[in-house]
Amino acid sequence: MQKTYYDPADLKKFGKISEWNEELGTKFFDYYGKVFEEGALTEREKSLIALAVSHTIQCPYCIDAYTGDGLQRGITKEEMMEALHVAAAIRGGASLVHGVQMMNKVNKLDM
Amino acid sequence: MLKSLHKRHSELANSKRQLEILSNGIFKSGDLPTFKDKISETNQFPLKAKKLEILQINVGYMCNQVCEHCHVDAGPDRKEIMTRDTMQHILEIINQTGAHTLDLTGGAPEMNPNFRWFVEEASKVGIKDFIVRSNLTIITSNKKHHDLPEFFKKHNIHIVSSMPHWTKGKTDKQRGNGVFDASITALKMLNAIGYGMPDSNLRLDLVYNPTGAFLPGNQSSLEKDFKKALNADFNIQFNNLFAITNLPISRFLDYLIASDNYEDYMYALVEAYNPAAVAKVMCTNTLSVSWDGYLYDCDFNQMLSLPINSKAKHISEYNEDLLIGRDIVISQHCYGCTAGAGSSCQGSVA
Repeated sequence: MQKTYYDPADLKKFGKISEWNEELGTKFFDYYGKVFEEGALTEREKSLIALAVSHTIQCPYCIDAYTGDGLQRGITKEEMMEALHVAAAIRGGASLVHGVQMMNKVNKLDM
Repeated sequence: MLKSLHKRHSELANSKRQLEILSNGIFKSGDLPTFKDKISETNQFPLKAKKLEILQINVGYMCNQVCEHCHVDAGPDRKEIMTRDTMQHILEIINQTGAHTLDLTGGAPEMNPNFRWFVEEASKVGIKDFIVRSNLTIITSNKKHHDLPEFFKKHNIHIVSSMPHWTKGKTDKQRGNGVFDASITALKMLNAIGYGMPDSNLRLDLVYNPTGAFLPGNQSSLEKDFKKALNADFNIQFNNLFAITNLPISRFLDYLIASDNYEDYMYALVEAYNPAAVAKVMCTNTLSVSWDGYLYDCDFNQMLSLPINSKAKHISEYNEDLLIGRDIVISQHCYGCTAGAGSSCQGSVA
């Protein structure tokens, strides 16, 4: 039995997802490819967003993929770390902003 | 300063050892296909030499820099330098070759004591594109080299120079401390006399090699980023960026093994294999001449001591009939030229 839930080699098998549902798999990968094409945002900017989101959703495959993608694009480690802090700030802020809900509840119920 | 593999007496200074590594392990076990097997899948084996277009001359392995990724294992300690006699042989056959491009490389070609004489003589031959691969820092390294930009301009030399990143940190890490600042100074000197400037015929191209165990990204995207950053930070202009994959030989192979990246890198190269790039690999239209006048299919094969598969083995024996159609000598390092958009001394090919 596999001893870990994640195997780095599985990242390379991502495309095989289509084998069990070709229509949806193909549509997904077409969409995925289109999303990362240069548009109003550059491919470089999209790569940094993807890296930050990868950390937010804590996807090891995505972190692996978009760290490598960033290096290939010449993205520096300083840029990568700043992007991660944006993700961390939003994620931390998302917890903290719920404190307003807590405060509202306390203020309503507490004497 | 980093020392060359030769100076360190590393086993990888021996090309036979490098070829052993590239032929054994994951390739011998069958985990990865050999390059021969891979190109055979698309009936592209054997690779055949076409008409010669680019004559690339390595005038010596001596260099003022010792870069981490150098496939030549060049450095100040290397004594292999092309003699004037060998240069004379080359001058005598340039016209016979029909090559439209003459490409001088090294080491730092400017460190060859006969460099200027050779450029002056070769520029009289009427080659369409005369390239010197200058590492830039040689220009600022010594007062005697400060007039190189004017010398290049006088002979209408096309300058191709390495610049792995637009930031100091990444550049110096690969090419040595102080290289970035010296390169910027040299680029400004070149720009000042017209090199790389809009509406100028003086061509200045930059070469990007990845600064680690990863493949280059899209060449045109990188070029845009380089242009934007070098213009914004230093008001520097250049013509084109060539994205070149690091081949797993010499000092880059040493780095891959030492950093435990060798197998992953070879997997990445094989995975990125592009049959369309095979048809356009540079060895099919290029001839590499070593410092001692011997012929090779490319500068990488020269460093691996893989001699050309022809009866004409030395520049003094040059014979188009014997060279055209020859089988190109290959090994697993060739995957470096066929990954993704392909890679050549002129950048991406596919």
